Amino acid sequence: MSILVGKNSKVLVQGFTGKEGTFHAGQCLEYGTNIVGGVTPGKGGQIHLGKPVFNTVAEARKETGANVSLIFVPSVFAADAVMEAADAGIELIVCITEGIPVSDMVVAKKYIAEKESRLIGPNCPGIITPEEAKIGIMPGFVFKKGSVGLISKSGTLTYEAANQIVKQNLGISTAIGIGGDPIIGTTYIELLEMFEKDDETTAIVMIGEIGGDLEIQAAEYIKKNVTKPVVAFIAGQTAPKGKRMGHAGAIIAGSKGTAKEKMEALKFAGVFVVDSPANIGKVTAEVLKK
Amino acid sequence: MNIHEYQAQSILANYGVPVPSGIVVDSLKEAMTAVTELGGRQWVVKAQIHAGGRGKAGGVKLANSPAEVEEHVKRILGKKLVTHQTGPEGKIVKKVYITKAIDIKKEYYLGMVLDRTSEMPVMIASSEGGVEIEEVASSAPEKIIKVRIDPLIGFRSFHARKLGYGLKLPKEQMKDFSQFAAKLYKVYREKDANLIEINPLVLQENGKFIALDAKIGFDDNALIRHPEILAMRDPDEEDPAELEAGHYGLSYVKLNGNVGCMVNGAGLAMSTMDIIKHEGGEPANFLDVGGTATAETVAKGFQIILRDKNVKSIFVNIFGGIVRCDRIANGILEAIKTTKVKIPIVVRLDGTNAEKAAQILQNASLENIIPAFNLADGSQKAVKAAKGELS
Repeated sequence: MSILVGKNSKVLVQGFTGKEGTFHAGQCLEYGTNIVGGVTPGKGGQIHLGKPVFNTVAEARKETGANVSLIFVPSVFAADAVMEAADAGIELIVCITEGIPVSDMVVAKKYIAEKESRLIGPNCPGIITPEEAKIGIMPGFVFKKGSVGLISKSGTLTYEAANQIVKQNLGISTAIGIGGDPIIGTTYIELLEMFEKDDETTAIVMIGEIGGDLEIQAAEYIKKNVTKPVVAFIAGQTAPKGKRMGHAGAIIAGSKGTAKEKMEALKFAGVFVVDSPANIGKVTAEVLKK
Repeated sequence: MNIHEYQAQSILANYGVPVPSGIVVDSLKEAMTAVTELGGRQWVVKAQIHAGGRGKAGGVKLANSPAEVEEHVKRILGKKLVTHQTGPEGKIVKKVYITKAIDIKKEYYLGMVLDRTSEMPVMIASSEGGVEIEEVASSAPEKIIKVRIDPLIGFRSFHARKLGYGLKLPKEQMKDFSQFAAKLYKVYREKDANLIEINPLVLQENGKFIALDAKIGFDDNALIRHPEILAMRDPDEEDPAELEAGHYGLSYVKLNGNVGCMVNGAGLAMSTMDIIKHEGGEPANFLDVGGTATAETVAKGFQIILRDKNVKSIFVNIFGGIVRCDRIANGILEAIKTTKVKIPIVVRLDGTNAEKAAQILQNASLENIIPAFNLADGSQKAVKAAKGELS
């Protein structure tokens, strides 16, 4: 098992022939991901990285039977690409693009809510089920197969956490970067639910950040619904108020969204909250020995 | 990005939102000309800085004669203004906005912001205008009326009715209020604002609403499609180091410690600050080199960090995903050459091409480079180096 993606994922790359798309699609192919084609408007009919290029997602889906789309389209066109994928009936849309205007995402999120599609991201590293499918920009070799489910708002901190977990002789069932923007497609709760049901996953690690209240909502959900052990780390304990810390979502407004509030809510929900980011792997190993 | 009140007023005016007539000036001479041009018998002199709380700090003054305008301008222009939002260091007032005074029957609050929970813009109104809305929200939450606006349908009459009747506006004021609110939503959407605050929204004796004060903030991600907004950027209002970092695709925030940090990714960068504190040190900055780090941007990052004279050591913490470690290693070496960095640099490179990077650093055989093998090791070494406990 694992969640959302695996051997059966047939992946389409939107923004396939661009610089980022070419580099990362190449990396995914090398990893063994089943990329069946790509979309770049105006380049339909060409072959890129040995795969067919299409002008539209609808056409690409019809011809290849793709069920996942990986998006590298530039920021001001990315929301349109997300909606195009949803309109074409793609089941899972993974949007890597960072810097998408918030107002675009407000509309895109409302639009896909009416469709059958699930969005991961934007502004995220993507999703990986080790040894099956890498659909994103993460360094694949860090993620060894195992039983820890990983959900993270951050990119590189996800790699850091996975690396620590692997160094404890554990591994990852599926790792998902949900993105650090104010509006994201899939949040902790939906993924916690999937990991709870997934037989292969024995523990869940969640990495949060300051800003917003998704971690607080997750804490309430965990308290009521999650029986598997959850380990959490919240980045930004020392971040000053009112400052945007790189991620558009990582800003503390007033007293809302502080690391302290989130850590307390998670502790109250029975989550093993890690104070130092260097101890994520260690604590996960300890929890699993209990 | 934030703009000044006079700029926000001009945007609103372009959308047909009533605002007081005013002229922005940066000298006393211009101020007196403005008084003549505006006419009338009463004027308001308003300090133009981005921080709120100007009124309480003496940055907004009513003048009953040109002589009083002169007096106020002399007292405000070119002087330091300290409000609860500027911090104790305050801000130098470089421009003042001279407006015609208006009569005030009642003051309201009207604002717009993104509600992250519902993922929709929300318009907020209150009958308690002219005061801090946060205070109203905590002391009298029943006096705050909110309507969420689904972007797929836009701002509708029912939204306006919900707000207007919530404010207990008399029936004859509803039409004017509806039009005002609809225009505000239009500005928010079309200009990609992330915040609009009209505080106070003034009801005049003639029964018309006017935006006495205006604050607008914009979504940085959307500025690429609004060159007219970008042109309003006031570099004096921004930290020069943060601004410069932005030019190179770096995200930098200065803090007060002595351990400089250079990290890839916002989450890892925040975690690096956290762990430095955890190990008994104080981070000097947040610096995310982003996904497109090159030797040039990394070198620039070093220069920006080193401009802060408090920095005693630098912790380079890179987990390669998009950023390849060999690129960073070359950047570090180039930066040391160009900036002649003398202080200890603790380097932890992990991920894509980490071995190649280690080789590059080793071959350079530089004394002040201290290799680290994981997050804990690196942060401990950086904190010790800053304290002079690591040679």
